[in-house]
Amino acid sequence: MSQTLRDVALHDLQGLRARHGEVFAADWRRRTALLAGIILVLVLAAYGFWRLDFSLTRLGSGLGQIAHMVSLMFPPSPGGRLPLYLQALTETLAIALLGTLTAAVLAFPVGFLAAKNVVPNIFAHFAVRRVLDIFRGVDVLIWALIFINVVGLGPFAGILAITASDFGSFGKLFSEAIETADKRPVEGVIASGGTRLHALRFALIPQIFPVIASQVLYYFESNTRSATIIGIVGAGGIGLHLAEQIRVLEWNVVAFLVLMILVVVAIIDWVSSRLRFAIIGRAGVVL
Amino acid sequence: MPGALLRVPPEQLEHAFSAYTAAVAAKRLRTVLGLSCLLAAIGLAGIAGEVDLIKLASNIDRFPNYIRSLVPALSWTNFGADLAEWFWNLDVWLQLLADTLLIAYLGTLLGVVGAFFVCFFATANLEPHRPIRFVSRRFLEFCRTVPEIVFALLFVVAFGLGAMPGVLALAIHSVGALGKLFAEVVENIDMRPVEGATATGANRVQTIHFAVLPQVASNFTSYALLRFEINVRTAAVMGFVGAGGIGQELVVAIRKFYYTDVSAILLLILATVMVIDLVTEQLRHRLIGVERRP
Repeated sequence: MSQTLRDVALHDLQGLRARHGEVFAADWRRRTALLAGIILVLVLAAYGFWRLDFSLTRLGSGLGQIAHMVSLMFPPSPGGRLPLYLQALTETLAIALLGTLTAAVLAFPVGFLAAKNVVPNIFAHFAVRRVLDIFRGVDVLIWALIFINVVGLGPFAGILAITASDFGSFGKLFSEAIETADKRPVEGVIASGGTRLHALRFALIPQIFPVIASQVLYYFESNTRSATIIGIVGAGGIGLHLAEQIRVLEWNVVAFLVLMILVVVAIIDWVSSRLRFAIIGRAGVVL
Repeated sequence: MPGALLRVPPEQLEHAFSAYTAAVAAKRLRTVLGLSCLLAAIGLAGIAGEVDLIKLASNIDRFPNYIRSLVPALSWTNFGADLAEWFWNLDVWLQLLADTLLIAYLGTLLGVVGAFFVCFFATANLEPHRPIRFVSRRFLEFCRTVPEIVFALLFVVAFGLGAMPGVLALAIHSVGALGKLFAEVVENIDMRPVEGATATGANRVQTIHFAVLPQVASNFTSYALLRFEINVRTAAVMGFVGAGGIGQELVVAIRKFYYTDVSAILLLILATVMVIDLVTEQLRHRLIGVERRP
């Protein structure tokens, strides 16, 4: 018997079709739905390409430009301004750190206000959550532009922008951490004669602190990325130099700056994930 | 012996107590050490970030002032006309919002297509060759680590101003982000259908079509919808660097201090983002419902 199962099956295809008709029968309703979906997606895409002025000639010449740009990017070089760029990079990290921490400090009390089990009033916690949604819904670049108007160009506007956009996210995450906390330790503290403040300090905070710390670290990680780009609109950090060098078409400096950003982001990712695992344990990484 | 208390010998008690004190002291020391590191970092960051608390305190009134100027003059008696004046440029803004949505849509679509083709090469269970896996994983990593706005800046130089660089920047970033998620989904599939397909002599494309796709399709769609949500937010700021959409109007309004325009455009963006979030959430829940049904 050198025949494989496949050969046997193919040999008896007619018989198989006759005996197991329901397996081979096409499900026309599903097929039509799928086909209609695909056509809808494609028609919308075609309309989009037409409306947004896509053209193959533009794409072709653009790709040629990009190839030219990439060829000019090698070798990456700091263009003799390495100290300046290192300083800008420190500034970026400072923006990320201070923005994240300020947001965490401001959001900590608000997280309690937005938690169902702390503030039982449904209107109060609904209102607080919607306000947090608004802070979260505005992009960090928009916040940066607004704060430039308020406090002027520079890293301080960047710190405030990161604070504002993370304030919304932290408020939501903290309130969720508080809501999922086990209430039995709280009852235990109250039962042994503790006040509400004691319950907060010895029952609630030990439960939520590791979760909150790991979330703050995770956001610090992602804010290092955000802090590199808010400079593009003028809010301090390395992004300012990146946008500048792209404008003057210094491609090898651009490549150097992008590499610097990638390396720093990788280092911060590594350090912060190590710290997060140390705080919360490898299994329980909650985001 | 009911009623009698079992007493620990005093020397053992003393030993346990001193061990407890030592443990608490060690924990306190760690906390203090960690806190002082953090404080030092904050101090350094404050210097590097040019934080000037005195200046902040003396200019703190600018915040409420700015917010007050964002609020337009609305009166009850003349509400309709006031509202019309606030949203005076509504037609143009809605057009630009539609452009923004299309940029996000096309960016997501291209990203999904790209991620779909790359993700199978980045999985441990479907790609036996280590070098290919390594290269495709690093490629995805590069695509998602470079911020989309940086790609947009580069593409604006290469393709010229307009929506096209925005779409391409979103697409590249989406390839990276979705490719990673898709690969994780594929790595978690049940391998028995794959073995079955391979056993009947199916080639790679046939295996993916008949054994992998049915298992991952709903998860892929769900992630794609989630990405669309994120891309709508990002597309709204693509205009800051000249890559199309509503961002162009917003940046002009903010820079030129057209306060009520800023609040009007921000409200439009927020409303759009919220509607998109609601719609995609509904779609995703329905998708998961379809998945659960036997």
